[in-house]
Amino acid sequence: MKGRALAAIVGAAETDRIGKLPDMSRLMLHAEAARKAVADAGLRLSDVDGVFSTVAGPNELSEYLGITPRFVDGTGVGGCSYMLFVRHACAAIAAGYCKVALIVHGESGRSWIDMEGAGTAASPAGQFELPYGVAAAPTTYSIPVLRYFHETGCTKEQMAHVPAATREWALLNPKAMMHAEGPITPADVMASRMVCYPFNLLDCCLVADGGGALVIVAAERARDFPRPPVYVIGTGEATAHRQIAMMRDFTRSESSRISGELAFREADLQPRDIDHLMLYDAFSITPMMFLEDLGIVGRGEAGPFLSDTSQDAQGRILYPTGPGGRLPINTNGGGLSYCHTGRYGMFALLESVYQLRGEAGARQVRGLRTSLAHGPGRQFAAAGTIIMSNDAPL
Amino acid sequence: MSAPAAAQPYKGALPKPTPETLRFWQGAREDKLMLPWCEDCGQAHFYPRALCPHCHGTRLVWREASGRGSIYSYAISHKPAKGFEDKTPYVIAVVALEEGPRMLANLWLDEKPTPENVRIDMKVQAVFDAVTPDITLINFRPAGSQS
Repeated sequence: MKGRALAAIVGAAETDRIGKLPDMSRLMLHAEAARKAVADAGLRLSDVDGVFSTVAGPNELSEYLGITPRFVDGTGVGGCSYMLFVRHACAAIAAGYCKVALIVHGESGRSWIDMEGAGTAASPAGQFELPYGVAAAPTTYSIPVLRYFHETGCTKEQMAHVPAATREWALLNPKAMMHAEGPITPADVMASRMVCYPFNLLDCCLVADGGGALVIVAAERARDFPRPPVYVIGTGEATAHRQIAMMRDFTRSESSRISGELAFREADLQPRDIDHLMLYDAFSITPMMFLEDLGIVGRGEAGPFLSDTSQDAQGRILYPTGPGGRLPINTNGGGLSYCHTGRYGMFALLESVYQLRGEAGARQVRGLRTSLAHGPGRQFAAAGTIIMSNDAPL
Repeated sequence: MSAPAAAQPYKGALPKPTPETLRFWQGAREDKLMLPWCEDCGQAHFYPRALCPHCHGTRLVWREASGRGSIYSYAISHKPAKGFEDKTPYVIAVVALEEGPRMLANLWLDEKPTPENVRIDMKVQAVFDAVTPDITLINFRPAGSQS
């Protein structure tokens, strides 16, 4: 492995259950994830000295857990906040500000037990977005898509390959919410109920309750911990806007481009060096645009790449990003078929860790050395990128 | 769907003007699209801020804009926001104003919106929807259609 390890992920876990959990409050989800990740690292909660959390603020979470961390971070930029937390944890550990960083996610996204309400009517979004029938994420993430198609020549039919390929991975993941729902084709995606054109129902992520957490320590300590170490070798973050109308160019996510560039530079790697990708799929458009923003394919090439399918002997469609494909993406089943609590970034990071540890069971991709987890926060507003490896550092 | 007539009570979200946006909302009530212009770099911006987001200057003046623009992008929502149930499906558009800035607004048509009758780069004209005695929302219609 080139470069140096910035830190090591030594604990990774999620709540036992994901989906519809009306018996779990927001803080209960955080607490369960935190306890399990710390146990996975062979530690106790009292060993944690850095807390990184946003759906529960660091004050609130520390109080709930009964700990007094000496480093806190409550960065809330949406779903990719967890990628930013990994980056910030690396910096805090390198600076000597904390030794055991605990990053926690919990969200009652479906049952809405103790979740915050919308922003105020006086905020910029309250004045200039909400009065125009903007409701949930499908009405904002959808808005750049037609401009992207218009300028690149990519099509809705190509975009429909994303949910279809991702569903193939969910069929291999018993915990995925859509595990028992069978395969879907791009035609099925386009025939599903219209939500907010150009998004049909199957273009949109699930809505779920759940949580997850990571424990991060200095890289040189990794071998002292029970699980196979996963090293953080490249990180990036950026934020470019808040309201969708303020996105400078609807056909490329500036925050993703900056974040990806930072991560590749820090890791001293090229896009072609990445064996496995978690591209946060809030909607089918996001992995499509991220493939271009991260330089994995060229401008306008995401559509042709994703739809370059073949068939097996039984006539089943084989996707280039699906099981057996040349570039595995969203191997847990993604936000589209695994789960999506509202801020899915933690689950993307967890799948990178499980795959690099070799713990992914039936969906395990063989021979993985590097994984990249990238996500947006709120309609391409922010972005975070984490590159990980299971190679021992030099 | 056609523009909401003043007779139909508006049930959607309402903006609450803040000191730096007040002139915009007052202008809307006067059926004017007022934009802030920067005297240092000469560019207009939207939404109104206390500084120019292009050059960060603070010498800003309000001027009336033409109301002309084109559709930079759009979506057609079939899942209404609260208060928009009787307008569904409706177009949420980002309009590129002739003067440069972009703004999010509804595009009202005389027929049900479809990918065929709403086109990228289509020319549009601002319309003023007085949804309450205090608030007028600025939306758009295709250029050349009746207001």
